[in-house]
Amino acid sequence: MNLLDIVLCTPLAGFLLTLFLPRGKPQWVKAFTLAVSIAAFALSIGLAMGFNSGSSKLQFVTDFIWNASPEIHYHVGLDGISLWLVILSTLLTPIAILVSWRSIDNRVKEFFGLLLLLEFGLVGVFAAFDLFLFYIFWEVCLVPMYFLIGIWGHERRIYAAVKFFLYTMAGSVLMLAGIIFIYNRAGTFNYSSILDMLGSGRLSFTTGEEMLLFLAFFLAFAIKVPLFPLHTWLPDAHVEAPTAGSLMLASVMLKMGTYGLIRFCLPMFPGASRQCAPWIVILAIIGIIYGALVALVQPNMKKLVAYSSVSHLGFVVLGIFSFTQMGLDGAVYQMLNHGISTGALFIVVGFLYQRRHSLEIKDYGGVATVAPWLSTAFLITTLASIGLPTLNNFVGEFLVLQGSAQANFRWTVFASLGVILSACYMLWLYQRVFFGETPEGVRHHMHDLNLREWVAIVPLIILMAWMGTGPQTFLPPVSSSTAHLLEQSKMNVPLRVHAAPAPPINVVAEARHAH
Amino acid sequence: MQNLWLIPAFPFAGFLANGIFGRRLPKMATNFIAVGSVLLAFAWALKTIFTLGDLNAPYVEHYFTWIRSGEFHVDYEFMVDRLTAIMLLIVTGIGSLIHIYATGYMAHEEGYPRFFAYFNLFMFFMLTLVLADNYLLLFVGWEGVGLCSYLLIGFYFRKRSATTAGNKAFIVNRIGDFGFSLAIFLIVVNFGSLNFGTVFSAAPGKPEATLTAIALLLLVGACGKSAQFPLYVWLPDAMEGPTPVSALIHAATMVTAGVYVIARSSVIYTHAPAAMEVVAVVGLFTAVFAATIGLVQNDIKKVFAYSTVSQLGYMFLGVGVGAFSSGIYHLMTHAFFKALLFLGAGSVIHACGGEQDMREMGGLRSKIPITFYTLLCGALAISGFPFFSGFYSKDAILLAAHHHAPWMYWVGVITAGMTAFYVFRAMFMTFFGKYRGHHHPHESPPSMWIPLAVLAALSVFGGFLFKVPTILGTMFPTVEEGEDIALMAISVAAGLIGIGIAYFLYVVRPGLADTIAARAGGLYKVVYNKYFVDEIYDATVVNPLITGSRTVLWRGIDAGLIDGIVNGVGSQSKGIGGILKLLQSGNIRSYATWVVFGSVVVIVAMGIAGVAR
Repeated sequence: MNLLDIVLCTPLAGFLLTLFLPRGKPQWVKAFTLAVSIAAFALSIGLAMGFNSGSSKLQFVTDFIWNASPEIHYHVGLDGISLWLVILSTLLTPIAILVSWRSIDNRVKEFFGLLLLLEFGLVGVFAAFDLFLFYIFWEVCLVPMYFLIGIWGHERRIYAAVKFFLYTMAGSVLMLAGIIFIYNRAGTFNYSSILDMLGSGRLSFTTGEEMLLFLAFFLAFAIKVPLFPLHTWLPDAHVEAPTAGSLMLASVMLKMGTYGLIRFCLPMFPGASRQCAPWIVILAIIGIIYGALVALVQPNMKKLVAYSSVSHLGFVVLGIFSFTQMGLDGAVYQMLNHGISTGALFIVVGFLYQRRHSLEIKDYGGVATVAPWLSTAFLITTLASIGLPTLNNFVGEFLVLQGSAQANFRWTVFASLGVILSACYMLWLYQRVFFGETPEGVRHHMHDLNLREWVAIVPLIILMAWMGTGPQTFLPPVSSSTAHLLEQSKMNVPLRVHAAPAPPINVVAEARHAH
Repeated sequence: MQNLWLIPAFPFAGFLANGIFGRRLPKMATNFIAVGSVLLAFAWALKTIFTLGDLNAPYVEHYFTWIRSGEFHVDYEFMVDRLTAIMLLIVTGIGSLIHIYATGYMAHEEGYPRFFAYFNLFMFFMLTLVLADNYLLLFVGWEGVGLCSYLLIGFYFRKRSATTAGNKAFIVNRIGDFGFSLAIFLIVVNFGSLNFGTVFSAAPGKPEATLTAIALLLLVGACGKSAQFPLYVWLPDAMEGPTPVSALIHAATMVTAGVYVIARSSVIYTHAPAAMEVVAVVGLFTAVFAATIGLVQNDIKKVFAYSTVSQLGYMFLGVGVGAFSSGIYHLMTHAFFKALLFLGAGSVIHACGGEQDMREMGGLRSKIPITFYTLLCGALAISGFPFFSGFYSKDAILLAAHHHAPWMYWVGVITAGMTAFYVFRAMFMTFFGKYRGHHHPHESPPSMWIPLAVLAALSVFGGFLFKVPTILGTMFPTVEEGEDIALMAISVAAGLIGIGIAYFLYVVRPGLADTIAARAGGLYKVVYNKYFVDEIYDATVVNPLITGSRTVLWRGIDAGLIDGIVNGVGSQSKGIGGILKLLQSGNIRSYATWVVFGSVVVIVAMGIAGVAR
């Protein structure tokens, strides 16, 4: 049992133990789940410390046969792409518990237990290297989120929860069919073996099969991302979900989709991926602009942030399907960035909601006068979200747009419009909520951050600055893995390659530095 | 190792100190940190430049890698050459003076530490911008100064017009940055690097079309930051910020960043003559266009704002016709006299209890004499009065323009006449005649008038003392400028005529101007309302975008079309849902059982499928 297994099992054990805690002691439940999630986070830091970032090989691997026939492996491991996503999950879970501390007062045990179950599912999704195991974790994530929205949500929670569930199920059923089809051909669910077989030619698909399989997987992931026009579950789910639900949904669960695209679609179906890339990129760019424009006119803060996610995730998809090193690095980095900054946005919106009990922008105004530190936290998060240099999103957006410029400059021209629009909707939101005269309703309810809220938001703000100014802490393992992945996605590709290869980068001898 | 990083690090430390602890610090400590950090930066810049000596070759300091992806990398690296040295001294020197001034001007304002935190943060980003040795690091400073501009324009955040102006500044700059960032992407695609040295040494070998595209995209960015047509609209509104902000950010330093970038990229521009021509035409057009609006404004800060737009146009004209060093020369003298004009205007506004409308002023000459005489130096300098600073730089640009295309010279001369007119119109309306306001004007404290006096001295002697074209000398390809007494005399005469007309209309025959305005009727109204450009933008871009997004995209496509389909499908499956509902006890343990059960079913199903194969 290696460290990764421990990180994976800690929240599961925590969840199971929570079920036996006494119902009448909500404080115990909170303290216990917080302790478990912090322990899981601390352990996951060990993963980063022990990770060899120069290698593209799977690390912290555990692989044994879980079920002989059909052959299902318990095969988990980390590469540079999944490493940070696992840590993102373990980082955000204790924060989700902290922000729910006061706002959840019914069925406390279930709520905090489900957060741990969700964490288990998320870590598992990013660590699984067996298709069936992956599918199980994928579904395990779905369940707690469904309940988080359906039980602790706002007025239209049932509609939102069912919509979320049906949308996701529709996609994952197709993916399951695809997984079974592959099993029938390969005789195993073990993903590493399948890739080896594909690489050596022992397993191959006809063009038609590859395309259908690609589409089956792609649809499941595209719904999760969500890619335009499959995004309409997202605003409803966010608006109805409690803060912790929105946080985990936006920050981590959406990345299950983009992660799946990178992990499974590109290496297994390289030909189909490249063939569909121009169409997918068009959808991504529509999503970037469309999401931003619709965000601009939202009267509800959470809906605004939800549509902004549609826009931001469009950048990730664009980066993935640019098939360039920079695009893929940027896409992975942007997944983390979005997790941090949009998560922080949902948290600060949650702070506002807890005080004023409204998500409508028109109910606010002049908050900066009465809660200056809350306003500062929101401002920094806003600036991160609109891609201000020195903060995290800038690095990701730069790499994605640069990568797409190398594939096709026109893509970058259109996608960059999203960067203008993001400033429009976020700054307008900020102006209406925080600036101006303070109405009585706001003055009466608003107070500045308390200690618990400080503890929840400050780590994220530090990360925004760190990831913006020191991305080399995080990028090297990502680059090793994406370079490997890019190689894999070149295999078995027929001659019709659509995305143009990146022009060679010639690092001209920096003559002037000789001085 | 000169530790160049210390230059921006000092104000950054000041920002952190005042930003985090400012509200608990006494005012004296806030002042000490804010002014002290900028003075330290100034001192360190001076020390560095003197140590480095003649700077014939750029001096580079490399720290560590910022972003690496594959072969491509961007580093933290700073560089000083003669151009950077001039910019450093302007930014830290004028910055120090304006910081000192602000301690007096802002003394009674709420949010005092917040103001200085933002002001120091601005210095940090501006210094990063001029020290950067690659385009991406320059872009950090570029966006960062934009952020500070946004924060400081909206400093009085309870006032809706102020925060709206802040948003406008940020968003219009973002439109410019759209071009700038595309230029960056194009540079990486073609050069594989963003490092200045690498790019500039490879640029001459690249196809002209590529260089032209890069140059034009950079120009879009420069037009945003330096308020050139058609992206100038944010700058006049930016006057909502406190006056020291207008002086430092919206006159002396930040808005000249566009000129700096073009001069910095001179290698690219000189190999893209078509783009150069566009720069010159945009600059010249903006110069005339903004000057005409300046002729009729009544708000003293608005006059100087349009004047800034116009003078920036002059600088663009200079760099556009290939006289890069003259453009930078004018950038420097403009920093002296425009900072002076704004700070002087601030002193006037301060004296009149916050009044900005010149129709409510008048006769202030005897009441605030120091302000008057210092402002007079600035007014003469901007009018190109012989041997004042503006005379040298404006003359250099006009001569180069004449060499390039005589018609540009003549348009430039007419603009010079208008410039002299509107500046002296402001002088006469403010300081001559009878006082028309109700407040009791009083002279400003020493913390305010001492910076004014220093700037006045610089406005008078700065052009003569610091001959930028000589200093920059070999950095840029030389344009045969040569002295031409006749051309020089004509432009000086234009300035004098402008002053004369202003004197006649506002001192000799006051009231005549109103009569002329009334006669001109429609034309006057169009110019007074700034050619309705804001209204046109609102009607053609902003409103359609918002209405379209709301009705078509959101209500139409999102809620109507897509959700219509989804809910349709959903209601079909409601029947099934009704049965499934029975399974939902809300009990997690039972649900977990179902998950396991479901998994088993699937596994069995697959087993069968496997057999069937």
